[in-house]
Amino acid sequence: MFSLLQAAAPTAAETDTHAAPANAEAAAAAAGHGADAAAHAPAATGHAVEAAGHAEAAGQAVGMPQLDITTFGNQIFWLLVTLAVLYWVLSKVALPRIDAVISDRQGAITGDLMQAEEYKKKAKDAEAAYDKALSDARAEAHKIVAAQKADIQKDLDNAIAKADAEIAARTSESEKRIGAIRDSATADARSVARDVTAELVRAFGGNADQGAIDAAVDARLKGAA
Amino acid sequence: MATEAETGLAFHPMDQFVVKPLFRHIEPGTCVPSQNITEGCIRWYEPTNATLWLGLTALAIIALFVFGTRGRAIIPNRVQSIAEMTYGMVYKMLEDICGKEGLKYFPFVMTLFCFIVFSNYLGLLPKSFSTTSQIAVTGVLALMVFLGVTILGFVKNGAHFLGLFWVSSAPLALRPVLALIELISYFVRPVSHSIRLAGNVMAGHAVIKVFAAFGAMLLISPIIGIVVTPLSVLGIVGVYGLEMLVAIIQAYVFTILTCVYLKDALHPSH
Repeated sequence: MFSLLQAAAPTAAETDTHAAPANAEAAAAAAGHGADAAAHAPAATGHAVEAAGHAEAAGQAVGMPQLDITTFGNQIFWLLVTLAVLYWVLSKVALPRIDAVISDRQGAITGDLMQAEEYKKKAKDAEAAYDKALSDARAEAHKIVAAQKADIQKDLDNAIAKADAEIAARTSESEKRIGAIRDSATADARSVARDVTAELVRAFGGNADQGAIDAAVDARLKGAA
Repeated sequence: MATEAETGLAFHPMDQFVVKPLFRHIEPGTCVPSQNITEGCIRWYEPTNATLWLGLTALAIIALFVFGTRGRAIIPNRVQSIAEMTYGMVYKMLEDICGKEGLKYFPFVMTLFCFIVFSNYLGLLPKSFSTTSQIAVTGVLALMVFLGVTILGFVKNGAHFLGLFWVSSAPLALRPVLALIELISYFVRPVSHSIRLAGNVMAGHAVIKVFAAFGAMLLISPIIGIVVTPLSVLGIVGVYGLEMLVAIIQAYVFTILTCVYLKDALHPSH
């Protein structure tokens, strides 16, 4: 690879028909260290400078163009101009602007987060209020239900008491009547039994003693009762 | 291999690094300062291809960071996201390494990072000029960091800044030796800082050019070319992919080293 780079020098010098191969090498040296070559080889100087010149004219470099100090002043001047412009533009315009944009964004994000936190808190509060309202309503409902129940119970108790009293009254009345009916039934049965007994005694030809008949019927009914 | 060169393959891997004026043709051999021939020399003020690509770098950065963030949107679009992520990355890097005090120098670090990233990527465009492949450019960047950090160190800490070279945790007998080593390594910083970047960018670009020259093999010898040309095209693709990585990695490395040096200036204790 390196021999190829070296081979480039003679090729460059070929454009000069006057340059002998030996001069071409001098040309290569002269381009890099023009002053040295000129001082040490006066006879070759003309050819050397000419050859180097041809190489440059064809846009061809000999040696390292970076080491040609005749271009340094120009490069350094324009570099400093460029850097000064860039520094000014960046420090006065671009960087403050980007800084502002980034801190704006940071601020917006922080603000949004805080707002979100606030909304979250509000949502929590609302949930708590809802829960409280719900439990209040439930308690109220319980209270109303209890009150209604108590009312109904009272009415019910009253009604039951009234009904019981009526039932008791009717029962006692019915018992009284049943008693009366039983008494009268017993009295009827007794008189029927006496009458039947007296008729039977008469029919058999006896003389019915009213007192004996009564006693016998009573004794019989007593035993039946 | 030399025979291949003679048969017509043209290897000019370093041509892409030549600085040329934009609006002037330079006659050959008209810049030999030792002989007072200077009309062909590039004047310090004239616009060159380097100027053009420096300007394009600046425009690209302004496009991203100024026009891209024009909307100042709370919900950023893609371009604004890229600008914000770059901002965040460099900001975090600086804060992690230097702490809160380092944030005062954030615009400087950001300028360096953006400049190098955009230069590296613009330099990967075909036909472009890589400003970061020039030792003059990376040297100025590294020297700015070196001088800035050194001056800042002395202004902030006075003579305590020299404590950076006096390793108080080492045995007393070793300290002078360590001090010498620390001193040398301190002064080598700008050299390694600049050459690392320029060397990485230059090497990749030169290798791509060499592969590109091999790509023409098919025109010269169809038999060899049928093998070499596809291989060299593959090589270009591979190296280009690598260069895409190198572009961001070297910018990152340059910036992180700047932060580390800045930390030394702010907190010189070992």
